[in-house]
Amino acid sequence: MKVGNINIALIGNPNVGKTSVFNQLTGLNQQVGNYPGITVEKKVGVCKLASNLKATILDLPGTYSLNASSLDENVVIELLLNRNDKDYPDVAIVVTEVENLKRNLLLFTQIKDLEIPTILVINMADRMSYKGITLDIPYLEKMLKTKIALISSRKNEGIDELKNLIVNYRNIPTEPCLNASEIDPVYFGNLRKAFPNQLLYKLWLVITQDVNFVNLDRKELPNPSFTKSKEDLKRLQHKETIKRYQFINEVLKVGQTVDINSAKDLRSRLDRILMHKVYGYLIFFGILMLIFQSIFDWSSVPMDFIDTSFASLSSYAKANLPTGILTDLVAEGIIPGLGGIVIFIPQIAFLFLFISVLEESGYMSRVVFLMDKIMRRFGLSGKSVVPLISGTACAIPAIMAARNIENWKERLITILVTPFTTCSARLPVYAILISLIIPDKRLFGVFNMQGLTLMTLYMLGFGMAIFSAYILNKILKIKSNSYFVVEMPGYKVPMFKNVAINVIEKTKSFVFGAGKIILALSVILWFLGSHGPTETFHNADKIIETQLQNKTVSGEKEDLVASYKLENSYIGIVGKTIEPVIKPLGYDWKIGIAVVSSFAAREVFVGTLATIYSVGSHSDEETTIKNKMAAEVHPVTGAKIFNFATGVSLLLFYAFAMQCISTLAITKKETNSWQWPMVQLVFMSGFAYVVCLIAFQILK
Amino acid sequence: MDINLAQLQIGQKGIIQEFNIDLVPLKLLEMGCLPGNEVQILQVAPFGDPLYLNVNDSYLAIRLETARAITVQIPNESK
Repeated sequence: MKVGNINIALIGNPNVGKTSVFNQLTGLNQQVGNYPGITVEKKVGVCKLASNLKATILDLPGTYSLNASSLDENVVIELLLNRNDKDYPDVAIVVTEVENLKRNLLLFTQIKDLEIPTILVINMADRMSYKGITLDIPYLEKMLKTKIALISSRKNEGIDELKNLIVNYRNIPTEPCLNASEIDPVYFGNLRKAFPNQLLYKLWLVITQDVNFVNLDRKELPNPSFTKSKEDLKRLQHKETIKRYQFINEVLKVGQTVDINSAKDLRSRLDRILMHKVYGYLIFFGILMLIFQSIFDWSSVPMDFIDTSFASLSSYAKANLPTGILTDLVAEGIIPGLGGIVIFIPQIAFLFLFISVLEESGYMSRVVFLMDKIMRRFGLSGKSVVPLISGTACAIPAIMAARNIENWKERLITILVTPFTTCSARLPVYAILISLIIPDKRLFGVFNMQGLTLMTLYMLGFGMAIFSAYILNKILKIKSNSYFVVEMPGYKVPMFKNVAINVIEKTKSFVFGAGKIILALSVILWFLGSHGPTETFHNADKIIETQLQNKTVSGEKEDLVASYKLENSYIGIVGKTIEPVIKPLGYDWKIGIAVVSSFAAREVFVGTLATIYSVGSHSDEETTIKNKMAAEVHPVTGAKIFNFATGVSLLLFYAFAMQCISTLAITKKETNSWQWPMVQLVFMSGFAYVVCLIAFQILK
Repeated sequence: MDINLAQLQIGQKGIIQEFNIDLVPLKLLEMGCLPGNEVQILQVAPFGDPLYLNVNDSYLAIRLETARAITVQIPNESK
């Protein structure tokens, strides 16, 4: 049976429950990817409408209007302007919510002007009686020239009616509901004459697309004789917006009645506490503590379990598979590599859980409001709080989250300093180093010293982020207006389904994205560690035998051969080459290899050492990476490699250095220039080198 | 009496008259901050900035700098 497919675009303001509608329509039948060439998240899902009809639903980024002021919003316009795009919708669904209908309708009238069949979804209908709102649906349908689905995504009501409307989408009128060209009849008249076959509103959107959005390459203008100055265009856009609101106000005057005497709402009461000058900050601080507690403490249980499981799996594979190169690859390359990825899941999941609950509930906007003035002293925006918190998970989504900062200078500084915050990739490095050099004792019988060290490292990260923001704010000479508009959405209890899907999707894309690199590197490292270019590598057995006979060395033959091989392998050669540079910091060539490979992703550090040491060790015992590192001694002096000074130096290096190629790539994409990632690389790594040099030379 | 939005007291209402087009982003208009609409300051952030306001059923936060570019009229009876 042939199954028909229709393309649907889900469009709407932020905070209207658009994603809930998407989740209700598609369930877990969704995919998250990126739009080609840009880093805006693209969510596509499939919804079965009838036995022979399915819909491909595209959840477009939230936007207040078709006048884009950010990359995310621009995606919406690019799609709707391009009829040949494979995702171009057969039906547009504009999601609005009952309490903000007026504002939400602005976008709706713009979509209508594009003459796409458009369904109007009014969400959160369950709140109508509570808010004292009644709607005259037939009147609204007539005036807005559309079909309306009144739904409650929270209570899963009205979804079937919506599906019905989608199935019968050919019955939906496509004509605009108002004539926006009245704002300047002469100008639009000329435009129409010059391009009789083009949709007027489309022309207008193309002309004005870059008025509010500077990052865009200027589109070819329809005709130079029509060009107006940017100021004039902006004035016209203002007029257009006012015109649209006039229409909406008239429609709603008849179509919507609001009983003012409805219950005094939760908003003002909660706002008074959550944005209080004392309690507000205390609550925010408390929530931050809770987040860190979950990352450091609660997730350690599953993480320890994962760590030991993979260690035993590795020994099991080694013991039970036939001996040979393939087994070595599995037991020493792939399994430790996979373990290095899986171990992240608990922390990442906790972080995304908190962030998505804070966003969904409407609390994040309150934090932005509370922190704006404080952050501005450092050249940041209240909106920088979200990237800086997200940065504790991963700098990549964090840097993308800086997108909704309107002010370019504040946004740039946020992007530049975010990599200083301690991302979860540093965590396994910290965890293992701390457990090696800091005793597991309690200070004053209360505070765990290892925990305190970790806390200090986080504070160092945040401190450096804020401090460098302050410096950058002084140095950078960028003039920009202090645009800052934040919607303060109503408070909502987060929907379990939305949060769960969000956590699963984000964790999945992080693990698979970073995972591929980590796994590939593990295998490459294993190869480089077990192969060598020169004769000496291949003749290791004989050389050691002669040395043993000549009594120039002593010890177990097997051990000596292994370490000799490693030293002469490809990776050993790389490590030895850079050793002079890193020796003043207290690192030997093995650590050097781990540091170098960290440039793909920091967490590779642990995996690399795991690979290096399992190559260097002959035992099949169930020793975890940590034990192997603790046992590592200098081949000549017999002193511990991971002593206090080296450990501290390494910790500081990982705290400050820019070691993540993915972060550099995302900075390049978001700033549209190589200049800024280079600034990050040189400044951060240079700073790290100096700090580590001083620390090691003092402590050794 | 015409004053700018930043001069409005907490809880006080005013009608938006006009604004400086260079300093007020289009986004603010799109969110309902339009001439002729009633605006009320709900709260001021702890360090005096930004402002939390209700305009045209929208709840927004803007900075003082933007608020100063918006002229509002205070209806006489509310004085």
